Amino acid sequence: MIKIIFTLAVLLFVQLNTAAASQVRLAVTSSFHNSGLSDYLIPHVETDLKLDIQLIVVGTGQAIKLGKNGDVDAILVHSKPDEEEFVKTGFAKYRRQIMFNDYVILGPSTDPAKIKLANSILDAFERLSKSKTKFVSRGDLSGTHKKEIEIWKKINFNPDTIGKNYISVGSNMGKAINIAVAFDAYILSDRATWLNHQNKGNLAIQFEGDQLLHNQYSFLPISKKRHPHIKSTLVEKIEHWLVSEKSKKLINSYIIENKQVFTFNAN
Amino acid sequence: MFPLKISSVEINIKEKRLLGPINLLLQQKGISVVLGANGSGKTTLLESIHGLRNLSKGEINWAIPNNLAAKEQSFVFQTPIMLRRSVLENLMYPLRVRQFSKPYANKEAMLWIKKIGLEKKVNQQAPLLSGGEMQAVAVARALITKPKMLFLDEPTASLDGLAKKTIEDILILAAKNDTKIIMSTHDLGQAKRLADDIIYLHKGLLESHCSKNEFLNSPPSEAAKQFLAGDIII
Amino acid sequence: MNEILQGLAQAFWLIISLDTELITISLRSLYVTLTALLVSIIIAFPLAALIVVTRFRFRRLVITILNALMGLPPVVVGLLVYIIFSRSGPLGVLGLLYTTSAMIIAQAIIITPLIASVAHQSMQGLWADYRDLLISINTSKPRRIGTLMWDSRRALITACLAGFGRGIGEVGAIMIVGGNIDNATRVLTTAISLETSRGDFALALALGFVLISLALSVSFATHWFGKTERGGLW
Repeated sequence: MIKIIFTLAVLLFVQLNTAAASQVRLAVTSSFHNSGLSDYLIPHVETDLKLDIQLIVVGTGQAIKLGKNGDVDAILVHSKPDEEEFVKTGFAKYRRQIMFNDYVILGPSTDPAKIKLANSILDAFERLSKSKTKFVSRGDLSGTHKKEIEIWKKINFNPDTIGKNYISVGSNMGKAINIAVAFDAYILSDRATWLNHQNKGNLAIQFEGDQLLHNQYSFLPISKKRHPHIKSTLVEKIEHWLVSEKSKKLINSYIIENKQVFTFNAN
Repeated sequence: MFPLKISSVEINIKEKRLLGPINLLLQQKGISVVLGANGSGKTTLLESIHGLRNLSKGEINWAIPNNLAAKEQSFVFQTPIMLRRSVLENLMYPLRVRQFSKPYANKEAMLWIKKIGLEKKVNQQAPLLSGGEMQAVAVARALITKPKMLFLDEPTASLDGLAKKTIEDILILAAKNDTKIIMSTHDLGQAKRLADDIIYLHKGLLESHCSKNEFLNSPPSEAAKQFLAGDIII
Repeated sequence: MNEILQGLAQAFWLIISLDTELITISLRSLYVTLTALLVSIIIAFPLAALIVVTRFRFRRLVITILNALMGLPPVVVGLLVYIIFSRSGPLGVLGLLYTTSAMIIAQAIIITPLIASVAHQSMQGLWADYRDLLISINTSKPRRIGTLMWDSRRALITACLAGFGRGIGEVGAIMIVGGNIDNATRVLTTAISLETSRGDFALALALGFVLISLALSVSFATHWFGKTERGGLW
């Protein structure tokens, strides 16, 4: 009972304290969050910099929109073409690489499309295009989705021609994986989200390790010129922290199922 | 407020004449009873005078401005309209509307509850009362504000003898205490018991307005004669 | 099936152990929806009563639109509220985005047409009953509105419960305008969405059962305090 009253009081107090001076808002892509890295990393940032960092976890497209609207102070996404356009149009002065991981293809344990035997990602996708198995696509123009589109383009194949077996869901990575599990389908996913996902069903990693599957995460501080109210000083601090040695240590030491999931590559 | 002058009043709905033209003069004292067959316009007449109906033609003239006259009138409907509240709250309502204090309203309401014999049902939800009890409440509620003019539309139709007597006694007393009463009824006996003057309506028109005795002993028209004889008026 | 049982078990333990995070987001859910409900009531009930007692030209149109707005997709409301309160939007300077205040605003917009429509329907019915009486007693418009609202209170409470239900289970709008920010704007429904994304169905279900229990408790409390169906009351 005391716990309830105390929590209620704290809650009310916190609500009355909107937008405290040391509060920063970041829009981060859902794969950064679903991997569990943000829960691991951000508290360290907050403690070290004495900041309250509010994370808004959305798809890449929405993160970019929030950044353009100035509703967040910085964004962390993984879609290079979108990021370059963002910088070009002046919403951020630059993009700062922080870390990378990779994409993998998940599929049913029986691997009916036999992509385990593929010798490259392009080969794997070729096999997928020819086999009569289901494929789940993010369908939301997220970083992951754009990577998928990139690969289809490279093999000159339009996935819509697969017809009913190409399932475009328009959801975040986690929900898309749930759908792939339900359909026992193949799906392109970032490794970290997969490892951290609790509903694995009958799926497993069937293909990994191609250069093309490199998944780069970058930090883009919103330009103060575009949005004067942006907390640039605080964002700078966060950026410095993210490219620091401590950050490197923490990111590289983040493991799921005994595997390192992200690799720090800021310079 | 009196005399009340009703001049050339007509009520038409969609080109159908419901009432009028009516010319009538009402004086301060007594009980005027409106008689007539079903559909002769009794309810329409009462509602029009009270202001519940818009006149298509003509005027209602009280001796004082209409907005002041409105505050001195009460109406008892053929089917009692009970607020979804207790008997006590129903009776208090008109007084509370007039900004009387709760204690005063409560006291007055309790007095009336005794008069109509519903002490045991003070907090009973009014819509759950019997027909006779509801009508008694309605009459009490109408009189609690001490109106100068009381309208009643067939108040005791479908009530048993005891309920009828209770209400008639209240009305007689009210008339004695300077409340002008105009009521419609089907019950010839009631008209005989209560009326000072009788207004006879036939097919929406005023056939006659005369004293009770005149009406009963020398009916002023053919239609009135038929009515008194108990014929069906078509 | 297994997950449902797991979910139930987890819900039980979360509640029994008074898990702090659970309590926080549950209280936040209640805070957002109850505040939105309060705002909606203040707007909807008098508005509904006003529409009932006022004669105006476009009445049917207004009622039709009000009813139609019940079908407003919450996620569209969320999007519109986001656009308005975004820094790039007209009310961006207020800095309300990603706070519980924005969530309250969005939910109030969603709930208001619902409770207004339900309230209007039942007060309209009551007005049909009361109309002649309240006009006869010379009640003012504010008094009429008050009487209708008070005498319809049980139906209004049902309207509130409907609005509460709509709000407490809503996720689309508050996700967009609140951002599901940990320790700031996360509530039960957005947490359920998050855990579903993570594939942790058991936890998602557990939160869902907590949400259902919450809604049930509110309904129970309401009817218990309101003494529904006790002793001849309605």
